[in-house]
Amino acid sequence: MQKFSIWSLLRNSVSYHEGWQKQWRSPEPKSEYDVVIIGAGGHGLATAYYLAKEHNVRNIAVVERGYLGGGNTARNTTIVRSNYLWDESTALYEKSMKLWEGLSQDINYNVMFSQRGVLNLGHSLQDMRDIERRVTANRLNGVDGEVVTPAQIKEMIPFINLNTRYPVLGASLQRRGGVARHDAVAWGYARAADAHGVDILQNCEVTGIRRDSGTVVGVDTAKGFIKAKKVAIVAAGHSSVIASMADIRLPIESRPLQALVSEPLKPIFPNVVMSNAIHAYISQSDKGDLVIGAGVDQYIGYGQRGSYQTIEHMLQAIVEMFPLFSRVRMNRQWGGIVDVTPDACPIIGLTPVKGLYINCGWGTGGFKATPGSGWVMAHTVAQDRPHALNEALCLDRFYNGHLIDEHGAAGVAH
Amino acid sequence: MLQINCPWCGSRAEIEFTCGGEGDIARPTVTDTMTDAQWGDYVFMRKNPKGLHYEQWLHSSGCGRWFNALRDTVSYRFDAVWKFGESRPATVVTHVHTGGAQ
Repeated sequence: MQKFSIWSLLRNSVSYHEGWQKQWRSPEPKSEYDVVIIGAGGHGLATAYYLAKEHNVRNIAVVERGYLGGGNTARNTTIVRSNYLWDESTALYEKSMKLWEGLSQDINYNVMFSQRGVLNLGHSLQDMRDIERRVTANRLNGVDGEVVTPAQIKEMIPFINLNTRYPVLGASLQRRGGVARHDAVAWGYARAADAHGVDILQNCEVTGIRRDSGTVVGVDTAKGFIKAKKVAIVAAGHSSVIASMADIRLPIESRPLQALVSEPLKPIFPNVVMSNAIHAYISQSDKGDLVIGAGVDQYIGYGQRGSYQTIEHMLQAIVEMFPLFSRVRMNRQWGGIVDVTPDACPIIGLTPVKGLYINCGWGTGGFKATPGSGWVMAHTVAQDRPHALNEALCLDRFYNGHLIDEHGAAGVAH
Repeated sequence: MLQINCPWCGSRAEIEFTCGGEGDIARPTVTDTMTDAQWGDYVFMRKNPKGLHYEQWLHSSGCGRWFNALRDTVSYRFDAVWKFGESRPATVVTHVHTGGAQ
């Protein structure tokens, strides 16, 4: 792997930047792998990277239907935070946050992680009670958080209109929260995994999961059968489709979640503002676009597009809170397919099929968890048992009733 | 925005409706012998198919009544709607583009 540094930049500038290598290979599939990961999104690539780096697994393939990072990794609003309510989920998101804080150095790729602070607004007395409860829970769990007043919000964002139909009564603030560049996360993990010898097989759709007396033996793909000792499903919106190939039922509904970006503006928006109550969240990318996200659509949808009334609803809220954006033109709008669980927490762990593992159910909040998700998934696959951080997040919680209700902290209306 | 045919009211805008999720999930009648696995399956597990999906919908801002629907989860097209108590249409006879179910 060509290392990125100021010296390599200088050296390559002398040769007009024509000497850069490709950042990862496009190999043909081998006939057999120790681990096959289905899905080359951020989570799948991170799983491959940590399997190779931390667990010394050398013979890994990541198979991908389209191109790497082309699904939800490229369709989210790039927000990173760890201020969840319950101990089990907070521990995992905080692990992720700690990995984010050193990620660019670790994978030698600038993911543009910017800890500019995340505000979660409260619009009613009950919102404020919930916020105080969540911030207190965060602090007990060692996660930074504070409750801020409307005056403090106004000081941070002078152009915010607090006196809206549902007035802003305060907010929680996680200063370590922020944004990262989503494409760079996929590319950085792909590059780092490839440097450890991981084969990333793009345009290679999985069409079946072969089993022999309850044990996984490999996957059928568009490029033929690939034998595998272990298979990990990390397929986000298509998790139910893939899991059904192994006759596994999941508590998941795949729904459209929409977002849009504006034309680029000069820097104006200092942090990230989210509002669960009015279903909108907004930040400004380093390129200058306003990145705006909505709530999920109400029905199951695999179409990567959603309902217009959802966009209208979200933009009404944004324009009322930020009237000066009322004439900003929107450049692009899209939908991702999010895999929503009944308790808004992910499912990471073993399945009834031996050697088959699953990591899904991230719903509306998967991007922020990319490093931590890959880290615990790698442990789960390598050790054939969950890590302490994800043992409460296995599929069996839907059979024993130990659900972890994170709807309040998920930040997006379901 | 989709146009959805309420079997009672006719074609209305999607915003008047609430999706009630997967249809045809029968509540178990003999419950005292059910295992945790069977309960978990009934309460939480869903088909979540990519393609045709049997659903129940509520005309929440209209007549307030529930109905059945067969909808494609990729194109989002409603292939059929019918009232509870009616049998499921044998073939897909109507859809939103031609005016909907009777």
